[in-house]
Amino acid sequence: MTELSKSGAAVGEPTGTSPAPKAFLEVRDLKVHFPTDDGLVKSVDGLTFQLEKGKTLGIVGESGSGKSVTSLGIMGLHTAGQYGKRKAQISGEIWLDGTELLSADPDHVRKLRGRNMAMIFQDPLSALHPYYTIGQQIVEAYRIHHDVDKKTAKRRAVEMLDRVGIPQPDKRVDSYPHEFSGGMRQRAMIAMSLVNNPELLIADEPTTALDVTVQAQILDLIRDLQKEFGSAVIIITHDLGVVAELADDLLVMYGGRCVERGPAEKVFYEPRHPYTWGLLGSMPRLDRDQQERLIPVKGSPPSLINLPSGCAFNPRCPYADVPKDDVTRTVRPELTEVGGRHWAACHMSQEQRERIWTEEIAPKL
Amino acid sequence: MLAYLIRRLFAAVVMLVVIILVVFGIFFLVPKWAGVDIATSFVGKQADPASVEAVRQKLGLGDPIFVQAWEFFKAIFAGRTYSGGGDVTECAAPCFGYSFRSEQAVWPVLTERFPVTLALALGAAVLWLIFGLAAGVLSALKRGTLWDRGAMVVALAGVSLPIYFTGLLSLAVFSHSLGWINAEFVPLDESFSGWFGGMILPWITLAFLYAAMYARITRATMMEILGEDYIRTARAKGLKEQVVIRKHAMRSTLTPLLTMLGMDLGALMGGAILTETTFSLPGLGQKVLDAIQNQDLPFILGVVLITSLAVLIANLVVDVLYAVIDPRVRLA
Repeated sequence: MTELSKSGAAVGEPTGTSPAPKAFLEVRDLKVHFPTDDGLVKSVDGLTFQLEKGKTLGIVGESGSGKSVTSLGIMGLHTAGQYGKRKAQISGEIWLDGTELLSADPDHVRKLRGRNMAMIFQDPLSALHPYYTIGQQIVEAYRIHHDVDKKTAKRRAVEMLDRVGIPQPDKRVDSYPHEFSGGMRQRAMIAMSLVNNPELLIADEPTTALDVTVQAQILDLIRDLQKEFGSAVIIITHDLGVVAELADDLLVMYGGRCVERGPAEKVFYEPRHPYTWGLLGSMPRLDRDQQERLIPVKGSPPSLINLPSGCAFNPRCPYADVPKDDVTRTVRPELTEVGGRHWAACHMSQEQRERIWTEEIAPKL
Repeated sequence: MLAYLIRRLFAAVVMLVVIILVVFGIFFLVPKWAGVDIATSFVGKQADPASVEAVRQKLGLGDPIFVQAWEFFKAIFAGRTYSGGGDVTECAAPCFGYSFRSEQAVWPVLTERFPVTLALALGAAVLWLIFGLAAGVLSALKRGTLWDRGAMVVALAGVSLPIYFTGLLSLAVFSHSLGWINAEFVPLDESFSGWFGGMILPWITLAFLYAAMYARITRATMMEILGEDYIRTARAKGLKEQVVIRKHAMRSTLTPLLTMLGMDLGALMGGAILTETTFSLPGLGQKVLDAIQNQDLPFILGVVLITSLAVLIANLVVDVLYAVIDPRVRLA
């Protein structure tokens, strides 16, 4: 735990249920399951991490790995909109600043939403209500948690739009979302999320729907605002390039579970899980020889209803036969420490992985 | 916004002219091509050639087509003088001609009957909006529950059962067996309570059909809207679920319903034929049924034009309301 206080974000052995949250945000053994006609979809199946204020955690994984569901679970929105009988089942613990959210009164969690924890969504066009002006939507977000009149709230909205770099904010505050460009909309979305100075900001694929030129601006903005407000930030993405610049710690998800986590530079430069190698190999780089091809992760994401037995990654893993006795297909690997604050879940021995990484993978990247 | 309004208004006027001409075409040209002589059908099959010729002259049926079309068009806005066969008939604007059967002027009959149809349609609309929307929203929020299934079964029945069945059933039960309601039509200027009593079953019968349709559409739309990203955003702000539904989801749900309402109300202005016939309401629908049975061309024509005009106006109103609700439309 001393290392934790030093670096702040992420990790710590999966702890079970000891009620001693020291971190600002602590998620313990989080499970989110959705009952469907075809069976139980285990979107998140036992996730543990910690995050301190002022730090950034990047959660990386492909579509369907459980990244977004994790963030919805933290926000208490996993059951939102699920009218009728079948609701998502959630278990584990989510401690936010000393409060356990899953056992708390839903109305209390609602009051934390937007004020203590806020979220930025992937596609700002569909995430903003088309019928209300940007100003009305920010004013609404502010007035839920602050007992002020509309004028004051609108001044605050203009101030926030100005802060996120929207030109002529006093005029643009009365614009509708469709009158903004994609980057401007995402700025407005960020202004809306930060209007109550939340201590936890979750950005779910904040740049995926944006032009490349705008992506960097938005990431810079998030970083600047984080410094200014000192919030804890979770960035969810499938793009390692996005988190490379921002994240203090990384958590790689596969099939609803964490397969590797640790300080960002460790995960980037000494990854210890074949899936992380695949992610790194799939990332185009300018410094790579143009003749060399990308090394994609073969196959498609696993079904979350019927995860492959043993290691969920084994059908796609080029090294599935390295460990003896077919153990990859029968036993699910647990997270084990592979270095300081660095965990990975793989049956291969440390030495095997170090050798494959340094001899076979790293030279090709 | 103003430019949008002017464009819509202009389009509506153009549309009206086109409709009048098309209606003229259908009712005067098509019989001609089909070999039906309008003058003969006016006078009657046993008529002597002289009186047929007189009618032909009086109605101008011998004139070139475009002259006839112009006369028809002009009559609606400026009135028309029929002359020929020795007598002259002045028909003041808006002139839709005279009944082939009773020689009544068409327009006064239409204006006399229109209020009944209007009252029927508007009263029913209020009912079906209240119950259709409420049932639809509740079903969407309680989907899969007993309430939802029950409401949707009732809605299915409402959509499937014909009006002359539900109408006669309600008459049999509430008027004849239970005797709660006197279902005779009483004009509004004679007695309000009598009028209200006479309208209540037609209202409910007509509203049942439409409420069923609206409930189903509302439920489907609401469920779709609740899955939208901006609804998730609204929740992420910390809004109460009730506010999310009322302020964010309802407003989007209303848009498609508004379109439906415009079309339905417009179409009903031409008369709710089944309802009016079932309950013997002296509205346009009953008249149009008479006119069709008697091949009374001028009346059919008049009602068709009134209906078209009503649909046009309803759509214009819907377009304007659309722009009020959805800011993106103002650009279109």
